[in-house]
Amino acid sequence: MAEASKSSSRKGKEAEAEEPAVRSFCSGVLTFGLVSVPVELYAASGKSRVSLRMLSSTGQPLRRRYVSSVDRTPLERDEIVRGWKTAAGDYVTVTQEELEALEPTRSREIDLRRFVKREEIDPLYGETAYFLLPDGEITKPYRLLAATMQKTGRAGIATFVMRGREYAIAIHAENGVLRAQTLRAPEEIRTADAVGLPAPVKPDKSLVTQLRGAIQKLAEDELDTDALTDESSAAVRKLAEKKRKDGLDVVEVPVSAAGSRDDEETLAPIVDIVAILKQRLGAAPASPAPEPVTKAPEPKGSVTRLRPAAKTAAAKEPAARPAKVTKKK
Amino acid sequence: MGARAMWKAEISVGEHTVPIKLYSAVEDRTVHFRMLDAKTRTPVEQQMFDPSTEQPVVDGTSRKGVQMEEGVFVVLNPDEIQSLEPPESRTIGIERFVPSSAISEAWYDRPYWLGPDGDDAAYFALVRALAEEDMIGIAHWVMRKHRQHGALRVNGDHLMLVRMRHTEEVVPASALTAPTGREADMREVALAEQLVAALEGPFDPKELQSTYDDRVRELVEAKAAGKVVKLATPSKKKVTEGSLASALEASLKKVGGARG
Repeated sequence: MAEASKSSSRKGKEAEAEEPAVRSFCSGVLTFGLVSVPVELYAASGKSRVSLRMLSSTGQPLRRRYVSSVDRTPLERDEIVRGWKTAAGDYVTVTQEELEALEPTRSREIDLRRFVKREEIDPLYGETAYFLLPDGEITKPYRLLAATMQKTGRAGIATFVMRGREYAIAIHAENGVLRAQTLRAPEEIRTADAVGLPAPVKPDKSLVTQLRGAIQKLAEDELDTDALTDESSAAVRKLAEKKRKDGLDVVEVPVSAAGSRDDEETLAPIVDIVAILKQRLGAAPASPAPEPVTKAPEPKGSVTRLRPAAKTAAAKEPAARPAKVTKKK
Repeated sequence: MGARAMWKAEISVGEHTVPIKLYSAVEDRTVHFRMLDAKTRTPVEQQMFDPSTEQPVVDGTSRKGVQMEEGVFVVLNPDEIQSLEPPESRTIGIERFVPSSAISEAWYDRPYWLGPDGDDAAYFALVRALAEEDMIGIAHWVMRKHRQHGALRVNGDHLMLVRMRHTEEVVPASALTAPTGREADMREVALAEQLVAALEGPFDPKELQSTYDDRVRELVEAKAAGKVVKLATPSKKKVTEGSLASALEASLKKVGGARG
């Protein structure tokens, strides 16, 4: 049964689809007392995962469509309405206009109304991080704010309207750069009590000592990012590249037919984000950005042999779900 | 009472193992809509279509592939896809520990609570050991055929596992250099610090309430009851411009006045 994603995220997706892949999500004005600091927002994380796409038996990319449950005819967007199921089991319909009227007033203001100790912000709340970069030539208020927050170990709390939604955000300063993180609403958070975790019991002292010893043995000062790489995507990519090089199961389709999938992840590829951040901040040459799917030598001749699917797991459709998206909005 | 565990596993630290149950720490509370056929008011269904023929795809005939670049796909066969899947495991391996300051929040993706599974003493011993060492464990596990990474940390009296993004998905610190320019003078620095101190308070999640979802809920409930909802629009604040030091001073006065 088809269920729409949340009203707001759905809307966001539709609006975004028309925008170029890399952009500052939006600009805003950080206000700190009466000081205003114009900033641009950039995503601090992006897409790198290889997702598997559903193709027809001849390798044509498929498109997901809504169909009538009565006669299974495909429905266009204007033939679909949003419905909310009442307790009685029937549906109340809601229009796009009604939802838009509920959206907060568009405002560029990011009002830093409170500062808290960094460590007070429970990581439970954190959702998605964005860089806030100074917008314009005057960077002194930005630098002063970042330096002050860093020196005092404080994070700022603000609200901000982005893509028709209001978000609570925490603003952190690190290495002279400000970063915002959207915060989950408290009603989305389950406490340990709500989950039903048991009250602490007295731990076995000697076990605590042994565990502390084990922790000390494995302790490191820095996060080893090499240990956090996406091995699954790398393996899929490697296999796909090898097959392409060997000319196996490569399908070329007109770009128009490939279209964009309905559930296409809307995050910008991370390589593009890194490139634009470097450009904006004039970073010194640093480690290269992660590579996207490497271009294999161009296979000549359009379509190569598409072998029939192996029988073994043909019926096992959900074996490879599309790679999980990392961002829900 | 309580939530249902999503998964059962064992945390492995050195030679020790601690059986746990995993629970989602977040729940979606937004209003969900069903897509309805406008004519019949019945829920729609989804169907894959082949755009080249405009025909629905017969079940079981679809393939999976990787897009190499626009218009170029490499088809992967089911056995190939299966061979790439990580082996099933019920172990959450902790191979290293780092201080909490070593992980920026940009890495964090989704939090889970971990509860004991039969051995409370071992579970709370791990809580105590992690808390006393003040460290975060870097965890690796395979759940639902996906390799996952996360941070094992103490939250209150319990363990939490926060799924982390992959290295390739997080902008590396090396991509950023701070903007530069003439340093702020001592007076500006002092005023900024005073202003931060004046605006300081506890982190209060209740203040973070977004009202949009409530408004959507009110709308649908009112419509269901045949009523009409009137909506208030939030007011907009004015931003004053001025020299940095004078703006800071004026802000301090304002904050002081409001508090005094």
